[in-house]
Amino acid sequence: MKFKAKHVFFILSTSFLIYSFSIYIKPLSIEEDSRFNREYASEGRLVWQSYNCQSCHQLYSLGGYLGPDLTNIISNPDKGEKIVRVLVKSGTKQMPAFNLTEQEMNTLIEFLKSTDASGKADLRNFSIDNFGMIEENETK
Amino acid sequence: MLVLGLFFGVLAATIYVFPDFMKHQLGFVSLRPLHVTSAIFWIILGATGCIYNGLKQHIKEATTYKIAFIQWVLWIVAIIGIVISYFNKDFGGREYWEFNPIWALPIAIAWMLFLVNFYSLVKKIKNWPVYIWMWLTGVLFFLFTFSENYLWIFPYFREHFITDMTIQWKVNGSLVGSWNQILYGTAFFLMDKISNSKNTGANKFAFAMYFLGLFNLMFNWGHHIYTLPTENYIRYIGYIVSMTEWVFFIKIIYDWRASINTIQKNYHYFPYRFIMAADIWVFLNMGQAILMSIPAINIYTHGTHVTVAHAMGTTIGINTMILLAACFEFFNRKEKSNYLNYLFWLLQISLLVFWLSLNGAGIQKGIWQLSSHQESYSKMMESLKPYFIVFAFAGLGLLLTLSSFAFILINTARKKQTQMI
Repeated sequence: MKFKAKHVFFILSTSFLIYSFSIYIKPLSIEEDSRFNREYASEGRLVWQSYNCQSCHQLYSLGGYLGPDLTNIISNPDKGEKIVRVLVKSGTKQMPAFNLTEQEMNTLIEFLKSTDASGKADLRNFSIDNFGMIEENETK
Repeated sequence: MLVLGLFFGVLAATIYVFPDFMKHQLGFVSLRPLHVTSAIFWIILGATGCIYNGLKQHIKEATTYKIAFIQWVLWIVAIIGIVISYFNKDFGGREYWEFNPIWALPIAIAWMLFLVNFYSLVKKIKNWPVYIWMWLTGVLFFLFTFSENYLWIFPYFREHFITDMTIQWKVNGSLVGSWNQILYGTAFFLMDKISNSKNTGANKFAFAMYFLGLFNLMFNWGHHIYTLPTENYIRYIGYIVSMTEWVFFIKIIYDWRASINTIQKNYHYFPYRFIMAADIWVFLNMGQAILMSIPAINIYTHGTHVTVAHAMGTTIGINTMILLAACFEFFNRKEKSNYLNYLFWLLQISLLVFWLSLNGAGIQKGIWQLSSHQESYSKMMESLKPYFIVFAFAGLGLLLTLSSFAFILINTARKKQTQMI
């Protein structure tokens, strides 16, 4: 039993490592997107983390549920960059005001531009196929 | 850590009912990580304790105390540092691990020492029972995925949002899988002890179940990110692998039918009763998880409190029940007691109400997020308030009952130690 268990463990672990590395190398084939500055966006991701925005907000419905999903806040006709800047500085009934520096605010906005450019998070944009899988509709 | 996790959890739940509660002191931004980190550390440290105690009983040989001591010191340093940083609103990490990555270092070193200690003990055992395999898997995969959890430090990963999110949720899925391996291994160990046989952890079927669990730990995490625009193969692998969990589900039902007599015989015995409670929670939460893994259903539950119900249902209903069973077994609390009996049932009822209220809120939000005429987010959250009130009260019930169990067990451990001296 021990011998067989060792083999199955080894095969599964090797497959897992191959699968993991196939994901790690994906950035090599991703093209530059002109809608945002990649370097600034990655700095903005750190701002997002250092103020723990994820505690209340979601990206692609992943995160905390106290506040709304912010994936596409930049392209939302009722919100957009200006509103985000105001809300972060002034706070809301539930959200405290955050005292971000100009640099932090700019990179955070760049990060939100990058999430916005990555796709649509509104679940109403999805349809269900015969296999039970969900697919994003072509018309965005 | 359990009591702290519950205490901060109740405070955080209060914010759902009174939105500006502690807004300018700690706020949800600090309370949530304080709650989540305490709960996760209770599970991880409890799992570590189960392995040490289990091995002590299995091979009748002492742990290398020097290494274990350094391990605990590193953990204490990390815990103090993390709690202070949360109070000071000094964050920097990802969801569930919001602390500055610097505090991940003592945890990682402590875990490496644990691996060394663990391997030096288990290498003396011939023909490993399934729980030793499960413990090894949990220890190894925790170390791997915990390291993977910090790949975002490198701009190469962080600069590519979708890949970064994919890795983040790959990690979250596998980390949970790794401590589940340790705790399910502990459940096998306890069943061997309770039934006084070595068959539970050594038969072929147990190994088949272990490998199926390992397969899911490695490949089913894609079900967290069906809506993320990542590669289709990741989503399909997650979907297909998740569906293999039906095997576990059917097995639980089959085992129940066969074990009614054993349940009746051992009902009074608390380690067994907690394992049985965990089994029922596995049934409820696994049933829910399998349904949530079907993308057509997931679209309704994704980003809702159904997910929270599942996370808390598994953390309290499964992980904590197994840990309590282990504590009762290791601390040798085997007497019949009406007080413990009431406490046990109050805990189960509180958890059920808690779980149902979260599911109720989640279902209502799920309908909202797919409706064509959506009212604002704040109005929708306001409409969920009745669920949140029930959830907060049930959370208080969990705090009281689980804290009582914690203090009873701490007292028992203290008495045991005094007797030994």
